[in-house]
Amino acid sequence: MKKLSMLVAATALTTLMAGAAWSKTLVYCAEASPEGFDPGLYTGGQTFDASSRTVYNRLVEFKHGGTEIEPGLAESWEISADGKEYTFKLRKGVKFQTTDFFTPTRELNADDVIYSFERQYKADNPWNKYVAGASWEYLTGMGFPELIKSIDKVDDHTVKFVLNRPEAPFLANLGMDFASILSKEYADKLKADGQMELLNQQPLGTGPFSFVAYQPDAVIRYKANPDYWNGKQKIDDLVFAITTDAAVRAQKLKAGECHIMPYPNAADVAELKKDPNLTVLEQEGLNVAYLAYNTTQAPFDKPEVRKALNMAVNKQAIVDAVFQGAAKVAKNPIPPIMWSYNDAVQDDKYDPEAAKKMLKDAGVSGLKMKIWAMPVSRPYMLNARRAAELMQADLAKVGVEVEIVSYEWAEYLKLSKDKNRDGAAMLGWTGDNGDPDNFLDTLLGCEAVGGNNRAQWCNKEFDALVKKAKTTSDIAERTKLYEEAQVVFKREAPWMTIDHSVGFTPISKKVTGFKMDPLGIHRFDGVDIAE
Amino acid sequence: MLRFIFGRLLVLIPTFIGVSIIAFAFIRMLPGDPVMLMSGERVMAPERHAQIMAELGLDRPMYIQYFDYLVGLLQGDFGKSIISKRSVLTDFLTLFPATVELSFCAIVLAVALGIPAGVLAAVKRGTWLDQTIMGTALIGYSMPIFWWGLLLIIFFSGYLGWTPVSGRISLMYFFKPVTGFMLIDSLLSGQPGAFKSAVTYLILPTIVLATIPLAVIARQTRSAMLEVLGEDYVRTARSKGLSPFRVVGLHALRNAMIPVITTIGLQVGVLLAGAILTESIFSWPGIGKWMVDSVFKRDYAVVQGGLLLIAAVIMIVNLVVDVLYGLVNPRIRR
Repeated sequence: MKKLSMLVAATALTTLMAGAAWSKTLVYCAEASPEGFDPGLYTGGQTFDASSRTVYNRLVEFKHGGTEIEPGLAESWEISADGKEYTFKLRKGVKFQTTDFFTPTRELNADDVIYSFERQYKADNPWNKYVAGASWEYLTGMGFPELIKSIDKVDDHTVKFVLNRPEAPFLANLGMDFASILSKEYADKLKADGQMELLNQQPLGTGPFSFVAYQPDAVIRYKANPDYWNGKQKIDDLVFAITTDAAVRAQKLKAGECHIMPYPNAADVAELKKDPNLTVLEQEGLNVAYLAYNTTQAPFDKPEVRKALNMAVNKQAIVDAVFQGAAKVAKNPIPPIMWSYNDAVQDDKYDPEAAKKMLKDAGVSGLKMKIWAMPVSRPYMLNARRAAELMQADLAKVGVEVEIVSYEWAEYLKLSKDKNRDGAAMLGWTGDNGDPDNFLDTLLGCEAVGGNNRAQWCNKEFDALVKKAKTTSDIAERTKLYEEAQVVFKREAPWMTIDHSVGFTPISKKVTGFKMDPLGIHRFDGVDIAE
Repeated sequence: MLRFIFGRLLVLIPTFIGVSIIAFAFIRMLPGDPVMLMSGERVMAPERHAQIMAELGLDRPMYIQYFDYLVGLLQGDFGKSIISKRSVLTDFLTLFPATVELSFCAIVLAVALGIPAGVLAAVKRGTWLDQTIMGTALIGYSMPIFWWGLLLIIFFSGYLGWTPVSGRISLMYFFKPVTGFMLIDSLLSGQPGAFKSAVTYLILPTIVLATIPLAVIARQTRSAMLEVLGEDYVRTARSKGLSPFRVVGLHALRNAMIPVITTIGLQVGVLLAGAILTESIFSWPGIGKWMVDSVFKRDYAVVQGGLLLIAAVIMIVNLVVDVLYGLVNPRIRR
């Protein structure tokens, strides 16, 4: 009897010790190292997964697995009738994380919110240049410096954003990663200690997980934040095992070395689906791939020529060959999962004979053109070269001779912007905030000519519609305007819309509560693992 | 001997300056710049782009940038990464031990198997054993590292489940690095099972990285041995009635070692090149992967600093090899 009780005690002790070393831990095989841990400084998805979506919160959040906005650190908000004033009521009793490197003495208040934004656009803010070459890429890209007149503290828990003009996508922008709310108290301490650069190395926020350690290029460790305002997470520890090779990630998942892996190779998906221990999640991406004609050059300045070329290409064949079916042929510049997608729009039908006739009617014969193919694989276009070759073969059938050109990626991005670019450039876009404005005005608006507008297409009718939608806050009215804009787009055909891709995330069957996100971010709040 | 070493050290100085210029110029010759690449498909306004380039000091004439860099170097300042904003030297010192640990294990394995295999092949020249060893060496030498690594992972980790897929140690173990060498740190941590775990994670990457040097060393040892075995003094030693073991092991091998040591020294460069691929496959946090990522992101500071530090290491290793060579062969010292 004595022996038995000793055995029981020993077993209990061993279990306890094992438990201490290996509590409920979720391992995520991340695809790349984070660029840093300050989400304001960067644009990479891996950086956001490792910083803003784990450690931080925002005033408003995207619904888990969707693009709708829901309350985050702001409990509620009011928008003035002229659409220029946004007043946010902050949630009370929100604690910042307590870590080895910092113990907060106060809860979240308006100062934190003001600090989080002002550091990014006020040149006189001491944090504006706390690291060399801080570009605040997203905040600037979203036009905040010109848009925001002031951010005012009404009281400790009320903040008012005053804008220079009404901006309908503003609320959605506040859900983006760069709009994460940092602790001013922590920042002040780092500044006093003369260690400002640590803000980008040891993040501290209000989010579901607190940062523990980062071993460069290897592992990031977090633990569940016990004080999280939305309740402590069910998992105790979260570990990012950085694994850059997609085939190796798949092997790690199969061997049980991690629970979730992003971005599998398209060719591996079928095999992963067969594994009885895994579930492969699917999500239509918030993206589009396109071929942008240079609409300022003859004969591509004629809509009928562009339309004829669109009709000459079998897009379904491209989707089948490049994505093995894991994509949809695109007819609109915005993806079907986005609100205001106009399903009534008819795509230019694949019809080489009609295309040939249209070209002839337009007086075009013996046309020679260049097609630019990206040198890299992107989520919306896995193999641009292959797609370009298929286009080349299709266009040859209607008498158009295509030369495929490509440049090194950095060079490609630069040269493809050029107004005098010779040829049609293939590129794509992944949405930032779920707002149609982020596609339609960003990629096709008149100001974007020479920049994001690779078709160099400035159409007054289209531009007026999207500009009006930008300043209207009524969703129903905005939807109508965007639907109309899509009709104009199709009629004028500045792009050949190619595809919207489908993303896959294989996960272990033990994992529950994980959702794929159309915005391409990976969130671990609400995730649990079965023992 | 001291004069010999001193002379060798003097030669290092112009080499070092040369490397710093090449490293500096090389990454800047590639099209694109770090600021543009960071924004990707999102186009940055040209004025904003110019402003940030200016903040980073990248708008200044090249020679001024280089001079600034050189002044920093002389003060031991390798600069900060343009992307992560961390110190290049700190990151190098964090990541380099991982590469050294892997390369060291690989070269030990390559030498431990390569020299006996080469000797055996030479002694049994023309037999099936010789042909098998040299045939295997040829296959090993021609094997694409990436494919070989994945093959081993799929078989040993996936199918048999003997070794872990990738990483440096089981994620269960978490301790602060002291030396950066996982084998040593895991022992120092005192956590039961940590050392064993670190060893299991080392096995596959070591085999993959050792494959090419092993093949080269085996072939080099064989040909050097064959040459030496035909020498008169070996015949003399044999005719004196010395045991075959003494003839081969003592008289022949010692002289055959001279070209072999040179080969081993040259393998350091091969190892660092192989480490780039091996580290990528096995998610091994070393400098190979770090450098490749930085080239793609045009992180000038990391690429120029990293190249310089790697070159310094190779130069020092070559110096050590030269000294060893001098010890083995007294004629070279003069």
